[in-house]
Amino acid sequence: MNELPIPREIPLPQPAPEPVLVGVLIVFFLMHIVFVNLMVGGALLTLWYQLRGLKEKRYDDLAYAIASTITVNKSIAVVLGVGPLLAINTLYTVYFYSANALTGIFWISVIPLVTLAFLLTYLHKYLWRQMEPFKELHIGIAVVVCILFLFIPLIFLTNINLMLFPEHWDRVKGFFSALALPNVLPRYAHFILACPAMTGLLMVWLFRRKERRNSTVAGFKRDDLVRMGYRWAFWPTSVQFLVGPVVLMTLPRTQEVSHAAMAVFGIATVVALAMAHLMFTEIRRAGEAIGRSFGAICMMMLTVVALMGTGRHLYREAAVAPHRELVRAKTEQYMQAVDEARQQSARDQQSGGEAK
Amino acid sequence: MDFPLFHLDLLGNRWLIAIIAITHVLINHGLAVGMMPLIAAMEWYGHRSQDARWDRLAYRILFVCFLITTTIGALTGVGIWFSVSLVNPYSIASLIRVFFWAWFAEWLVFITEVCLILAYTLTWKNWSTRGGKWKVRHIRLGFALALFSWITMAIIVAILGFMMDPGNWLTDHSFWIGVMNPLYLPQLAFRTPLAAAMAGIIAMFLVLFYTQRGDAFRYDALRAVSLWTLAFAPLVIIAGWWYYTSVPGAMKENLGVSLGTLEFADWQERFLQIAAATVITILLVVQFAIFRPKLLPRIALVIPFLSILWMTGHFERVREFIRKPYIIGRYMYANGIRVDDYALLQRDGVLKYATYSNPLSEAELAGIPDGLSEPERSAHLRAIQQGKDVFMITCSRCHSGHGSNSISGHLQRMFGDQPWTPDLTASYIENMHYAQPYMPPFPGSKAELRLLGRYLEHLQNNKAPIPGAQSVGVVVNRNLSTRTATHDH
Repeated sequence: MNELPIPREIPLPQPAPEPVLVGVLIVFFLMHIVFVNLMVGGALLTLWYQLRGLKEKRYDDLAYAIASTITVNKSIAVVLGVGPLLAINTLYTVYFYSANALTGIFWISVIPLVTLAFLLTYLHKYLWRQMEPFKELHIGIAVVVCILFLFIPLIFLTNINLMLFPEHWDRVKGFFSALALPNVLPRYAHFILACPAMTGLLMVWLFRRKERRNSTVAGFKRDDLVRMGYRWAFWPTSVQFLVGPVVLMTLPRTQEVSHAAMAVFGIATVVALAMAHLMFTEIRRAGEAIGRSFGAICMMMLTVVALMGTGRHLYREAAVAPHRELVRAKTEQYMQAVDEARQQSARDQQSGGEAK
Repeated sequence: MDFPLFHLDLLGNRWLIAIIAITHVLINHGLAVGMMPLIAAMEWYGHRSQDARWDRLAYRILFVCFLITTTIGALTGVGIWFSVSLVNPYSIASLIRVFFWAWFAEWLVFITEVCLILAYTLTWKNWSTRGGKWKVRHIRLGFALALFSWITMAIIVAILGFMMDPGNWLTDHSFWIGVMNPLYLPQLAFRTPLAAAMAGIIAMFLVLFYTQRGDAFRYDALRAVSLWTLAFAPLVIIAGWWYYTSVPGAMKENLGVSLGTLEFADWQERFLQIAAATVITILLVVQFAIFRPKLLPRIALVIPFLSILWMTGHFERVREFIRKPYIIGRYMYANGIRVDDYALLQRDGVLKYATYSNPLSEAELAGIPDGLSEPERSAHLRAIQQGKDVFMITCSRCHSGHGSNSISGHLQRMFGDQPWTPDLTASYIENMHYAQPYMPPFPGSKAELRLLGRYLEHLQNNKAPIPGAQSVGVVVNRNLSTRTATHDH
């Protein structure tokens, strides 16, 4: 039988008004996740094109061009993650730390795993030419990087999911049992699909400007590269229209249905549909005209990301709110007991002193 | 104390933090704070003397720093957060509540630092080829990077200073109290030349690696880097002395004035000796590099480097030491329990207010005396379960059962192979903080002291590692006033 734990909060006030902390959390987390998408998607696309490069050399050059972007994206991804980590630590102290402890070994392995993935990414990129004669080994490194980059987000998702459900905490025995909670895998699929989509848009951005030197890869025409980018953006986004509803349906029921969250997800879906339509139009555009709607597509993508982030926050609040009230009451009760015991102890000491 | 308890029984929780934090400090000091100004200076000198060899060398050294700082360096920085929040969530959560904006500001500086190192490294070749104004701009970028690296360190040292601060923040919860801590300036003054000297030694090593024997440039470069190191080494000892003389004043506030200072004096003495030995080694090697560069073997550079590592490690340990028995000066003890909570917990017991219980694993059940009747056996198990919970709540943040800094190791040293009866251990633990001023007083009730004693007695016969919540999970206490052991569930 599941027992609902009601722990105590840290008895210190929040460092800033809640909306400020929520703002920090949502805005910087979304920036962080976009760069994580670019990093993971970059690694996947690099591997894909490197494999195709075995038969056609020009794909190998394209793989190199994409691999070069990971260096910057991965550093920005890490550094942008710290602010949201600070905010989630203050806003969801009880929830976040409890989930971390329950999956502790995997949670802390994020550090060595990411470090290893980054070092291998450098090795893969900076020794590209030197490793030409050892192509299998070189591709092997890319495979390991991809596996690491695919696994690490699963640890984060498991934690962020586990923290919402204190009623499951007493059933969880390590990472794998937390992984088995409903909703983790659909959310993971939702995230993974976003990676090639975001990287596809990055490809369009990289290769769109024909006037700039070095903005194309030998053996490809500009519009081919831009079209490839759009394809990466379009197809995974289309699959999201199937995965998204699964994510929504497997979300555990909150005590009170958050209509606001549902409305936000609804608007996001409508914008996403319009965006997918525009992407498809772009793919079918010929030669010079392709890339014309890139700005509009990016704005729509940002809107979708912002709405999804907002919806997710509203859902999280709805999921946690009733439990948080219990925690608040418990903390208050405890602090009263602390005060009362201190007064009693002071009285005892005083009377002890007088007796002497 | 009201979280599921992550616990590493063999490595010890503190070692997890220590390994990550020390790696981070070494990379941060040696390859970022100290090295970036040296690289920018080299680039500047190469540009001024129109000698491309300096430029090439500076870029190669930067590239090594870039590879390491943006991977191991950055991730161990985040790793400190991860590990501290696993091991001592109460303290880090409290610190974040107080220092949110300091950390936030530090984060913004850190973002700037990362962007600058990316820009500095990735534009080097391009901007150098363009030459003229672009090169000057690039050199300025290097010095800006050096400045921001130093600022991140300066902010973090303020927070570290706060953690050692003897209680001022109880009346004024502010970041500036940390900065005004009497140990802030000496600490910053010590770390700055330390970082520069460390970078100098590492750079000398890289010079030998990136230049050829017999190449005249190798000796010019060695001499230049040696002079850099020579300039900072004496400051290490001066600032070290300043720090050393500032510590006792800060210490007095935490510890009883006359108590236990002997052990600490030993530590301090040793720190000064190590610092002096390190500086002398550096000076010797540097003299050699200046006057007999051809004869300098790579291995000779390993000695001052190891010596610096030793000194830095010792310095950090002394710093940790000053804080004890608190984790946040006079607000929270190292066990994560607030000073204010003691009156309540010592009266009613810690178990009464514990949300979670830490289930015993199968291996932990071995060693229960034979020949007990069923009711006796379950009473015994219940006592051990409760004793384990007391141990986990009050001791496990610093002590393991049988691993590093283990409680069984300490008891073995004190009591040897005689039976660790509850009478023996409980009466020791009750008064331990008088004899060992670095230990917090026992926070629980008298009855819990006995339960802890029962558990320690069990540990003498059971050597199984104590699992943490990360592997066996937690049991939620149904009724906090009448606790039930896990086996009833």
